[in-house]
Amino acid sequence: MNARNRFAGVVVLVVACTLAGCSESIFHAQGPIGAANSQILLNALGIMLVIVVPTIIGVLVFAWWFRSSNTRARYQPGFVYSGRIELIVWAIPLLVILFLGGVIWIGAHALDPFRPIETRDEPVEVQVVSLDWKWLFIYPELGIASVNDLVLPAKVPVHFSLTSASVMNMFFVPQLGSMIATMYGMNTQLWLQADQTGEFYGQSSQFSGDGFSGMNFVLHAVPQDKFEQWVSTTQQTGPALDAEGYRALLQPSQNVSPFTYRTVAPHLFDDIVTQKFPPGPGPQASGDAPAIRPAAGAQ
Amino acid sequence: MSAADALGHGHARDVDPYLLGRGGGHGSGQAVATGRGAGGPASKTVVVAYGFWLFLLSDIVLFSCLFAAHAVLQTATADGPAGHELFKPANIAIETACLLVSSFTCGMSAVACGVRNLVWTQVALLVTGLLGVAFLALEANDFAELVAQGFGPQRSAFLSSFFAVVGCHGLHVSAGLLWLGTMMAQIVVKGFRADILRRMLCFNLFWHVLDIIWVALFTIVYLIGEGR
Amino acid sequence: MPPPFAQQQERNNVFGKLTWDAVPWSQPIPLVAGGIVIAAVLAVVLWVIVRGYLPYLWNEWITSVDHKRIGVMYLLLALLMLLRGFIDALMMRSQQALAYHAAGYLPPEHFDQIFSAHGTIMIFFAAMPLVIGLMNLVVPLQLGVRDVAFPTLNSTSFWLTATGALLVNLSLVIGEFARTGWLPYPPLSETTYLPGVGVDYYLWALQISGVGTLMTGINFVTTILKIRAPGMTYMRMPMFCWTALAANLLIIAAFPVLTATLAMLILDRYLGFHFFTNEAGGNMMMFINLIWAWGHPEVYILVLPAFGIFSEVISTFSGKPLFGYRSMVAATLFICLVSFTVWLHHFFTMGAGGDVNAVFGIATSIIAVGTGVKVYNWMFTMYGGRIRYATPMLWSVGFIVTFIIGGMTGVLLAVPPADFQLHNSLFLVAHFHNVIIGGVLFAGFAGITYWFPKAFGFRLHEGWGKVAFWCALIGFYVTFVPLYIAGLLGMTRRLQHYEVAAWRPWVLIAGIGIIILLVGAIAQIIQLVVSIRQRDALRDETGDPWDGRSLEWATASPPPAFNFAVLPNVGGEEPYWQIKQRAIESQQMAPEPAYKAIEVPRNSPTGFITAFFATITGFALIWHIWWLVAVGIAAAYAVFVWFAWRDVAEYEIPAEEVARIDRARRAARQQWLAANAPAGGPA
Repeated sequence: MNARNRFAGVVVLVVACTLAGCSESIFHAQGPIGAANSQILLNALGIMLVIVVPTIIGVLVFAWWFRSSNTRARYQPGFVYSGRIELIVWAIPLLVILFLGGVIWIGAHALDPFRPIETRDEPVEVQVVSLDWKWLFIYPELGIASVNDLVLPAKVPVHFSLTSASVMNMFFVPQLGSMIATMYGMNTQLWLQADQTGEFYGQSSQFSGDGFSGMNFVLHAVPQDKFEQWVSTTQQTGPALDAEGYRALLQPSQNVSPFTYRTVAPHLFDDIVTQKFPPGPGPQASGDAPAIRPAAGAQ
Repeated sequence: MSAADALGHGHARDVDPYLLGRGGGHGSGQAVATGRGAGGPASKTVVVAYGFWLFLLSDIVLFSCLFAAHAVLQTATADGPAGHELFKPANIAIETACLLVSSFTCGMSAVACGVRNLVWTQVALLVTGLLGVAFLALEANDFAELVAQGFGPQRSAFLSSFFAVVGCHGLHVSAGLLWLGTMMAQIVVKGFRADILRRMLCFNLFWHVLDIIWVALFTIVYLIGEGR
Repeated sequence: MPPPFAQQQERNNVFGKLTWDAVPWSQPIPLVAGGIVIAAVLAVVLWVIVRGYLPYLWNEWITSVDHKRIGVMYLLLALLMLLRGFIDALMMRSQQALAYHAAGYLPPEHFDQIFSAHGTIMIFFAAMPLVIGLMNLVVPLQLGVRDVAFPTLNSTSFWLTATGALLVNLSLVIGEFARTGWLPYPPLSETTYLPGVGVDYYLWALQISGVGTLMTGINFVTTILKIRAPGMTYMRMPMFCWTALAANLLIIAAFPVLTATLAMLILDRYLGFHFFTNEAGGNMMMFINLIWAWGHPEVYILVLPAFGIFSEVISTFSGKPLFGYRSMVAATLFICLVSFTVWLHHFFTMGAGGDVNAVFGIATSIIAVGTGVKVYNWMFTMYGGRIRYATPMLWSVGFIVTFIIGGMTGVLLAVPPADFQLHNSLFLVAHFHNVIIGGVLFAGFAGITYWFPKAFGFRLHEGWGKVAFWCALIGFYVTFVPLYIAGLLGMTRRLQHYEVAAWRPWVLIAGIGIIILLVGAIAQIIQLVVSIRQRDALRDETGDPWDGRSLEWATASPPPAFNFAVLPNVGGEEPYWQIKQRAIESQQMAPEPAYKAIEVPRNSPTGFITAFFATITGFALIWHIWWLVAVGIAAAYAVFVWFAWRDVAEYEIPAEEVARIDRARRAARQQWLAANAPAGGPA
């Protein structure tokens, strides 16, 4: 039993050091949503450990002390009920759960993905469409779009509206915050903000088929001026995302290199959500998917 | 436990009017009514009927899921027709009447069984079966008409759920009719043996529960659907 | 929208979609693996036939309706499928260990089938048969009765489960398996996105075995509530029977939901319905709600009997009655009920809103109260005990510690903001493996070790058992703690390759951990082989090798077909302990009972033959061989009618035979009594 105790202790130590040092962990969130999520996770963990650690220690101590070879332990075969113990044993978890319940109630409301980040700034609007097997990001107010690459200004809240062109996916940037599902014909919402500039890994968290593993992107949080620069460059080069361009995008493709569109058909996202476009066709699409990257080469 | 069926109908009924198997009370086989289940193994009839009730409850859960799906998909008509544009109240009334009367005749067959009258048992079962067939024929006809008009289950999610829930009930009725035919044959060949009687009991339960489900079904699907 | 029925080419092909291309000629891994398995199966079958064991197997096992035999067959199926699922896991871990900025050795289409098969097999064909097998073996013995309520139905349940397992494994060599994960979320699982036979294999395997499981549920609830020894009130039932009752009630209430939901998906795929499609108003969120309304009770179906096993083991090896029996019963029923109110915690991230998420999060943490009560009761059962660390007790202590951690991470995931970061990550994967391995698997091994002597008459080798335990415990932590960490670092599940450097060390360590688990698995196999070889030395002479407390230890090992010559009269809790103490104190056994003839249900091939036709029907449905479907269904119905036509359902064991068997048991007990002083325990 001692060996197991020691082993567990070593494990906990290693884990704690690693996570403390590791910059990709969710405990090093780079945005207010992620930070709030992590804080709640740590709070809940702390509340639980208050019970869990003494219980595990108690189990191991009893298991060790009352081994049959220990002649000093008192054998009490009639000890099968104690009202006091019952009371404590039901009450303590109940109290903890009540406390945790409060954390859950408040947290679930405060951090609901649909709930806006309080801000005086104008949020950046991004519309997200998950396709097989890439991400389309539309900036409706700026009239541009990009595939598998998300450029955003740092320190500004971003309002995402999300949908899917085919199967269910889940938009997730681990270091910035919550994930939210994307579904065909439905419009989900998410608010995120990057507190620092940096490059953040993004992915889908819902398995969506053979190209799922390649369905990641980078979120570049850049200073405001760099962002405006990027916007104006993008508005000058690249193909147009019109209805036909979107239909081409619907065809299945994997491991798509990022590229951008210089203009987007108005209300394209709304049309996608209201199902004016058919859903992604799946493998019944003709043999070789036509190249969705235009021949002129955007990048 | 003694596997011999201890259900002596005439004797036990004096002390155990609902045939719960808790009257009598001597050793293994017959249970003592202590109220806390301490009477030893119950009789075979009790065990079989109890198990069959559990099966029926599980079947009700199955139907509940289909009802729930129908409730969710009520409005998912995909620009197609909604319930009230499709359903014919007259047909549904006749189908309901068929099922209700068949429940009655099924009960009559149980009574005939109780007095061991072969002819009346068979007659009652036959009428039950014919009414069931009539129900199915009407329903199949309704389905065929809807499909011919292009309002089959492939038209919309609402129609999918409609065909599924009504069709599932129809499948159960069909299975019941198959069972009915087999029972009629078995009674003729083997007579009113204890195990045949247990099966009749189960069949009766099944048929009545099917009726109850139909009542729930036409309330949820047709009446509420009509109202929209 | 293509027409729902078979296309022109299918109508011309009498074998539906089935062609020679269905065999994976061009894929070496499944081809070789399938070849090895087929060769092994053929070798075993040939050996059985050549050695003349076939009549014995047919008469004593395949057509048996005896709950003890059926239980053993369930356990055999479970262990075989555990091995198959574990091989899938080895492939997954090794693929991920290799696939950093690389493609690994498993292309996505194959990898996707492997993780789907891993989950499906482990839950439906390893864990479920494991707990159902132990319940079959033990519950009637603990209740002091001869068999379950419906013995032939019991046999059918087993064989239908085996059918499901067979179909899933057949997909390895004929066709493909589902590429959706173990739960086929639409629209991915619709024919639009997965038109192959993979999802169909999954659907029919589960529908068929689901019928078997539902019948088990009905069987056991009826048995536990209506067939117990005289004097056994509800509050005198062993804890394992209470948890078996709760689990089987859950089966009756939850499995129809699975049947209905999978049926809706089948209608979508086969007949072009629109329950969950993208077009025509289908609602994919409805599938997710329905499937998890089944899915959450399912995990409690697995874990409640596990809790029951530990209650038995801990109290026996501590030499004390279970602490707080009544509150254990209350906690069990509490968990049983509340398990139906928490299903949404599996999809907090689908956007139900703060109110709904909060309510389900709170309900989920409430269920932890019931589990916590059980942990404390086990702790206080050990308190004041005299604990003997035989292998089952090692598994128990390992379980308690491991399960507490797993339960804690579950409650963490029940907090929606935490789940928004950790949903579908490796943290989630580590959590559910933590509770299933630490809970259900450890319980399975504890239960098998504990009741093995009862089933076979000799114990399992202690030394190898301990090796297996330590490898499993250490291997578990080395495999899954890194996965917790990787999940906290953002790694999602089901990735065939990845490029994030921070995840790499953890994936590699997990790869080492699974090697340790592999060593443990090998140790288990060695334990079995060694035990069989040394069975005479490990013989259980009396039928009570562990100084047990409940009625199964009153019978010989293995018990005769009728279990008890005379049903015991139960006067209190732990009836066998009372009987034993009385005998030890008075230094004599209870007087010999008056032996009567016993009627025992006849064996029947119904279950096996029904399952045979179910396999054919399932296969035909998968491959769209419609004429064969009709034949299969008609044949299954014919079998059923033929069974219903039999006139003699039982055979009689004469009183002299009963007396002879029971006297042998009493003689062995008498010997033990004479050889042991009043205060001593068993040898």
